[in-house]
Amino acid sequence: MLVSVYRYNPETDDAPYMQDVHIDIPGGKDIMVLDLLQLLKEKDTTMTFRRSCREGVCGSDGMNMNGKNGLACITPLSAVVEKDKLVLRPLPGLPVVRDLVVDMSQFYKQYEKIKPYLMNDTPAPAIERLQSPEDRAELDGLYECILCACCSTACPSFWWNPDKFIGPSGLLQAYRFLADTRDTATEQRLAELDDPFSVFRCHGIMNCVNVCPKGLNPTKAIGKIRNMLIQRAT
Amino acid sequence: MVTSITNFGRSGLYDWMMQRVTAVVLMAYTVFIIGYLLFSSDLTYAQWSALFENTFMRLFTLLAILSMAAHAWIGLWSVSTDYIKPTGIRFVFQSVCGLLAFVYVVWGIQILWGL
Repeated sequence: MLVSVYRYNPETDDAPYMQDVHIDIPGGKDIMVLDLLQLLKEKDTTMTFRRSCREGVCGSDGMNMNGKNGLACITPLSAVVEKDKLVLRPLPGLPVVRDLVVDMSQFYKQYEKIKPYLMNDTPAPAIERLQSPEDRAELDGLYECILCACCSTACPSFWWNPDKFIGPSGLLQAYRFLADTRDTATEQRLAELDDPFSVFRCHGIMNCVNVCPKGLNPTKAIGKIRNMLIQRAT
Repeated sequence: MVTSITNFGRSGLYDWMMQRVTAVVLMAYTVFIIGYLLFSSDLTYAQWSALFENTFMRLFTLLAILSMAAHAWIGLWSVSTDYIKPTGIRFVFQSVCGLLAFVYVVWGIQILWGL
């Protein structure tokens, strides 16, 4: 099959280019895109990409495969290859460090903004702060995020304003802490989000939901943050 | 918190709410006008003029014009902050939008009350 892969080495290349490589899949098996990248790297050792757990848990190998963001390690070729061709590009909208490796600083900066940790100003109890199973269930669909950045880099609002719009991933996490009964900083968190960019740049196009490799729904979480802001202000 | 001094209200929530409220007003006005035109197929100038002699119609139209100005401002402000990156050009664009909205409101009042 034909693989067209984005190549850019800032030390030697003037500009990024697409490199076409013909590759035979051993045994014609339905391997993962990450396995294919490994085959490419055996042919050309300068080929650069991030990877670690190879089972969709670490979130290192987020990339754009035939136009759709996803994790290479859990995406089988059969799910993305069209007409025996696969185009691999780095996650859109972030600066490219080299080949398929992007600089995620902007993404992490937005994550940092939402204070991704429990804040509680009541005295610590002798044992853990307990939650009822119902309260704990509120965090399902939120805590599973692995920060792979597939969603935020599929979002046009994040492309245009990566310094101002928190992005779907950060907002999913923001709601994760707003929904947590052990967190007492709800008012402070909401006050931080009530500007025209942080939350309200989301226009609900749901690209984030479409690409999330963990099947999460940032748009729904953003809707819940908006409802909390409305409750607080009316 | 991202600070901004050019958006319509002072908060994102206020802009969001205004965008929805004005949309409802514009929809009601559009449905009313289309309905009126459909149910009066042989419309004369006298009928059309009489419709706008009505104080309710004048106020409804004024409300629609004000809603359109606010709705357009919030929308175009969003578009300009997405696509126009140089601050100077963006500010000029926003100023022109604001001026146009003001002109349309004043012009609308002039037409409605025949000033």
